[in-house]
Amino acid sequence: MRDLVESLVSQLRTIWTILLHSFTKAETVQYPEEKPYLAPRYRGRIVLTQDPDGDERCVACNLCAAACPPDCISLQQGTREEDGRWYPEFFRINFSRCIMCGLCEEACPTNAFQLIPDFEMCEYERENMIYEKEHLMIDGPGKYHDYNFYRVAGMEIEGKKKGQAENEAEPIDIRSLLP
Amino acid sequence: MSDFWIIVFAISVMLGAVGGAAVTTWFERRLLGLWQDRYGPNRLGPFGIGQVAADMIKLLTKHDWVPPFADKWVFIFAPTAIVVAMLLGFAVVPFGPGLQIIDLNIGLLFFLGMTSLAVYSVLLGGLASNNKYALLGGLRSAAQMVSYEVFMGLSLMGVVMLSGSFSMADIVESQRDGWYCFSQFLGLFVFVIAAIAESHRLPFDLPEAEHELTAGFHTEYSGMKFAMFMLGEYLGLILISCMITTLFFGGWLAPFSLTFIPAIIWFSLKTFLVICFFILLRCAIPRPRYDQLMSLGWKIMLPITLINLVITGAVALWIAGA
Ligand code: SF4
Ligand code: SF4
Repeated sequence: MRDLVESLVSQLRTIWTILLHSFTKAETVQYPEEKPYLAPRYRGRIVLTQDPDGDERCVACNLCAAACPPDCISLQQGTREEDGRWYPEFFRINFSRCIMCGLCEEACPTNAFQLIPDFEMCEYERENMIYEKEHLMIDGPGKYHDYNFYRVAGMEIEGKKKGQAENEAEPIDIRSLLP
Repeated sequence: MSDFWIIVFAISVMLGAVGGAAVTTWFERRLLGLWQDRYGPNRLGPFGIGQVAADMIKLLTKHDWVPPFADKWVFIFAPTAIVVAMLLGFAVVPFGPGLQIIDLNIGLLFFLGMTSLAVYSVLLGGLASNNKYALLGGLRSAAQMVSYEVFMGLSLMGVVMLSGSFSMADIVESQRDGWYCFSQFLGLFVFVIAAIAESHRLPFDLPEAEHELTAGFHTEYSGMKFAMFMLGEYLGLILISCMITTLFFGGWLAPFSLTFIPAIIWFSLKTFLVICFFILLRCAIPRPRYDQLMSLGWKIMLPITLINLVITGAVALWIAGA
């Protein structure tokens, strides 16, 4: 009997609580008219960024493609004749597969790969969801303003010998016995 | 009324009921939205009322498919039955003084009979689909209806005792000196619960139970036939609300002798409030388990009904003797 009364009261209280919700404001964000706030670190569309010097950052190491769970990144490595820098001959992301997980951004050693707060990528044709390098590349360094991979890496390129990078010591001749 | 006007009136009641059911689908979603702190359909037309038309077009143009494994004729018949039964139920509803399609002297029994017929629709639909989920839904509805039918009728007997008639018009007239919602509050309580179970709406929509049975008895239905089931459900909601208004809230009688407002407006207003209350119940209360539903019916509702019946009978006799 006590259970009965208790459950009845509890039901009535539920009904009353819900009735009081007539006077609360709706939580809905009226999306297309009213844009939601997206944090600067929001993971959305992917861009390829450039060095502070205006050269492309990506060195075609394929780490992003290896990290990508749905395998939606495809690229081809090439070496530039004039200075020996590596670059992607083509770089293709299939956004209809991408799940915006950001693993590629974490894998990228050169900070070339960056996800930006934009998720509005609608297309009527599926092929249009495949972005090529020219669609991905932006003019600027993105989130990391000063980082330049070749200036800190040991790789030798035109105009920078081994040992000349920042925080790098001159190479040691391991065949020499002189102290 | 002459024969001609009765036909006109009957057709307008039918169109009104179907139109009302269509609008209720939209209204329910808006109201659920309000109580769940969201908006509900609000894009098409003012307040999203165009959603009704959009849904209708969608359902009418959908592929009307009969699965090859279904029992074809029963499958087609089932959704029609519920709509026909519910619409017939409207025949005895007194919308105002004299505004009634037919004043049967067993009006109440006719109403109970029609709502019971609607059960067959659910049952046959579940059976004919030849689908496990549908069969389970049909099974549940059979058990639920059988147990709730019992005291749905009994809970109204108190009203019949006090008014001394099965005729709807007489019942309304006899409430001139006090609505039955006060003297028969136990009856009202039981009838509301039985009515929800009868029209298988949330929280007692166990035959449908989207979360466990995908869509229960109408899992295999699509397009127009599915729309018929939905129409039947909403017609049932409106019919039950009309009945609660008529039997317990004085029908078209005006409260506080505010008779300058026409009777039909009072009737609609009361019915509207009862519909809102049903939607509130849907919003607030979760669906009970199947065995809980049955034990609630047999162990609590039935005794309450019987107690109500005995007390009402005793009081009625005492008043008659005094
Ligand atoms: S965000 Fe995830 S899914 Fe998309 S390209 Fe990067 S690793 Fe692949
Ligand atoms: S991980 Fe970075 S540097 Fe390597 S291929 Fe991908 S984008 Fe280019």
